[in-house]
Amino acid sequence: MTLYVQAILNGILVGGVYGLVAIGLSLIFGVMKIINFAHGEMLVLAMYLSFFLFTLLGIDPYMSLFVCAVAAFILGYGVQRFLVNRILHVPEEMQVLLMLGVALVLQNATLVAWGPNFRAAQTRYSLSTVWLGPLVMDVPRLVAFVLALALALLLYLFLRRTELGTTIRAAADNRDGAVLIGLDVRRIYAFSFGLGAACVGAAGSIILPFLPMSPYSALSFTLTSFIVVILGGMGSFLGVLVGGLFVGVAENLGAVVLTSSSKYIFSYALLILVMVLRPQGIFRGRSG
Amino acid sequence: MRAFTGERAARRGPMLVGGALLLLLAAPLYLGSYWTSTLILVFFYAYTGQCWNILGGYAGQVSLGHAAFLGIGAYTSTALFMFAGLTPWLGMLAGGVLAALLGLCIGFVSFRFHIRGAYFILITLAFAEIFHLLALHLESLGGAQGLFVPFTGASWAKMQFKGNTNYYYVALALLVVITLVARALERSKLGLYLVAIREDEDASRALGVNTMRCKLAATAISAFFTALAGAFYSNYFFYIHPDEVLDVELSVDILLRPIVGGAGTLFGPIVGSFILTPLAELSRAYFSKEGLIGTHLIIYGLLLIAVVLFFPRGVAPYLARLVAGKRTS
Amino acid sequence: MVILQVEKVAKRFGGLLAVDDVSFSLDEGEILGLIGPNGAGKTTLFNLLTGFLQPESGRIHFRGADITRLPPHAICRLGMVRTFQIVRPFLRLSVLENVVVAALLRTNAMAAARRQAEDLLTFVGLEARRHTPAATLTLPDRKRLELGRALATQPRLLMLDEVMAGLTPTESDRFLGLIRQVNQRGVTVLLIEHVMRAVMALSHRVLVLNYGELIAAGSPAAVVRDRQVIEAYLGEDYAYAGTVREGNPGPPGEPTQDHGASAPERR
Ligand SMILES: Nc1ncnc2c1ncn2[C@@H]1O[C@H](COP(=O)(O)OP(=O)(O)OP(=O)(O)O)[C@@H](O)[C@H]1O
Ligand SMILES: [Mg+2]
Repeated sequence: MTLYVQAILNGILVGGVYGLVAIGLSLIFGVMKIINFAHGEMLVLAMYLSFFLFTLLGIDPYMSLFVCAVAAFILGYGVQRFLVNRILHVPEEMQVLLMLGVALVLQNATLVAWGPNFRAAQTRYSLSTVWLGPLVMDVPRLVAFVLALALALLLYLFLRRTELGTTIRAAADNRDGAVLIGLDVRRIYAFSFGLGAACVGAAGSIILPFLPMSPYSALSFTLTSFIVVILGGMGSFLGVLVGGLFVGVAENLGAVVLTSSSKYIFSYALLILVMVLRPQGIFRGRSG
Repeated sequence: MRAFTGERAARRGPMLVGGALLLLLAAPLYLGSYWTSTLILVFFYAYTGQCWNILGGYAGQVSLGHAAFLGIGAYTSTALFMFAGLTPWLGMLAGGVLAALLGLCIGFVSFRFHIRGAYFILITLAFAEIFHLLALHLESLGGAQGLFVPFTGASWAKMQFKGNTNYYYVALALLVVITLVARALERSKLGLYLVAIREDEDASRALGVNTMRCKLAATAISAFFTALAGAFYSNYFFYIHPDEVLDVELSVDILLRPIVGGAGTLFGPIVGSFILTPLAELSRAYFSKEGLIGTHLIIYGLLLIAVVLFFPRGVAPYLARLVAGKRTS
Repeated sequence: MVILQVEKVAKRFGGLLAVDDVSFSLDEGEILGLIGPNGAGKTTLFNLLTGFLQPESGRIHFRGADITRLPPHAICRLGMVRTFQIVRPFLRLSVLENVVVAALLRTNAMAAARRQAEDLLTFVGLEARRHTPAATLTLPDRKRLELGRALATQPRLLMLDEVMAGLTPTESDRFLGLIRQVNQRGVTVLLIEHVMRAVMALSHRVLVLNYGELIAAGSPAAVVRDRQVIEAYLGEDYAYAGTVREGNPGPPGEPTQDHGASAPERR
């Protein structure tokens, strides 16, 4: 019994980060209707950046969070500005293929640069825990949960309360309308992609203390974000957060019951199931 | 559009194709072993690309899961050969039928729930990865060790040969067959329906097209022929492994050629393969030597980006215009 | 002889009742006009009739058969075809191929379908452009193509969603002629149209939809005098202000070319 409660608890903690990562994906989709196939790659890249800042310069991951967010922002901004903005009107399959190209480049650049092996950052607090009766909580996971929610809240306030945020939401609602009222839609797009990537960048730092990474981790991160977003409903901020918690719990419960290899089969099956069972969600994003 | 290109092209086209075919038929006589095996791969990827093209190009349902079909073909024919002694020629067909059935299942699930465009890419990827993981854990089929195909002496009946000349002709024959199939499809009712569905699915439905049935047919045909390539693969390399014949990387490999050459055109996959495959082989060989595994995939990625940005219709249409003597229709 | 029987069909989108218990029937050989302000639910009704949307309640019978839950392609096969308000040509196919797709519904032979398509292109006046990609057509030509394609399915009932919107008077006159000819060959026509001149000239009978409800039905002349109809188009103020003044711009008494500029916005 404790095992299951423990799994649920772990799931909730990691689910907060899933939520943050998926909000990035959802933002990019909501505004540009682009599916960021390189989402996991961007996350892994941010983890490497944070890792090297830690091992080479001794900067704590929680400190380098902002550096990683800014770096990811620049990467995302560039991808939109120089690549996606040129093909806004081609069929969405072609846009996906472009992002697939970006994903291939990022993943294999990581592979060539740092090899295929897993790496983990050993911080002072990596292994520290707190006890809650019979349950144990890893400190880094707890911190990650809190930070992820805080950042999500920050983003939410930004989108709701600032002029730029309102503009982004306007562009998301109606591209042509936004053009009509004279917004520089392309700039806004680049900014939004940057913002979505920044979520991922921050998340990279946040999870580094408790998750090892390798270039091959990317696909499963991308996949998890897709599951979360499709489950939560594209564009629904709260929905995506809740979706993150749900998937975190499901995965951790699954890991108790299943062997680690069949865990991935479970994830893919979950993705298919979620896509099939939520036809009113994002599938109609374009063709309606 | 297709049926009505310029008249000069219509006259020059068959002559060019016939000439090229003659050159290729004689190629093993004047090419060394290295170039012959490169050409085998060119044909192999042109073939799989053409299979993909039927679903992804003409019907516009872009799949990132074709490795599943190829892998099923490879594993079925190999297993039937090793454990039941069945000739790969029949095993090939059995694999094709299995793959077609799987294609129907995947297609039904996707189309029934209106999964289109980017989401179709995602769902096909998910299905293929499930098969990839299953194969890795299926010990009876070699699991993560892969399967070695025993060589039992050169024989046409077993599709096992010494040297690569005979494989060359098998691969060429496969390519010719699939090209004829695609050509027949282009001129058929089903083919026109598929293109109409790609262009506007709702408009097609309004005009009486049973889009579900057409898309399922395209998926089944595409899956069937892709599986044949899997059987060829295992007989040519004598070794199959889930990370080779069921991996996403292979799915990317399969769709890259038609995209580069021109999806939804007859010669797109072939042109794409002639451009890309030698390049890929060179870079693969070169970069694995340097211990730079993955570099060829960076090149793939850059190519994909470049093609989407600069040749979203592929390069074949440009070549066709050249052949037609610049007088476009 | 009733060809289409619609009974209490309803559809809502979230809180919006887009089509509200609409019932009517259509006789064989008739031309029925369907009018109503923007957002009245006309296109939604078309979508319900042709199987693109499922009604929440109600029944639809076409030539005696219940078609309420049939998919669009099956309905088309039974002889009921619709065009789209926003034209949807197959852009990368040639004009001829566009029509061949539709003609293949009644034959499996490419050559026969092609012959038939050529005839229809001559009929709608696009024969000179038959080998060009549909993407290169102008809007009026695209509308002709939309009509030709629909006719190629050999319908018994032709449903046109604003085929004349955005055309010049000369162009829409040509369309009037075409539709009349089609009707004279025995095809029943259901026509959504904002161009009142066309509705008045063509329709034997007119239905008026407002906020999803059928508010009037009758001869064109009677409908434009109906108080509720005038209110629907011009707002209550106008109706109470008295009569529809002759020669005054604005529907329903007058032709409008652009449906975007119809009455509700003019208040
Ligand atoms: N798929 C949909 N989802 C939600 N609301 C819809 C949908 N389709 C139509 N509506 C709404 O239903 C109402 C009726 O729309 P409809 O397109 O049927 O009107 P219409 O009479 O054809 O108008 P118009 O003259 O502008 O073409 C409108 O308020 C519209 O916004
Ligand atoms: Mg309408």
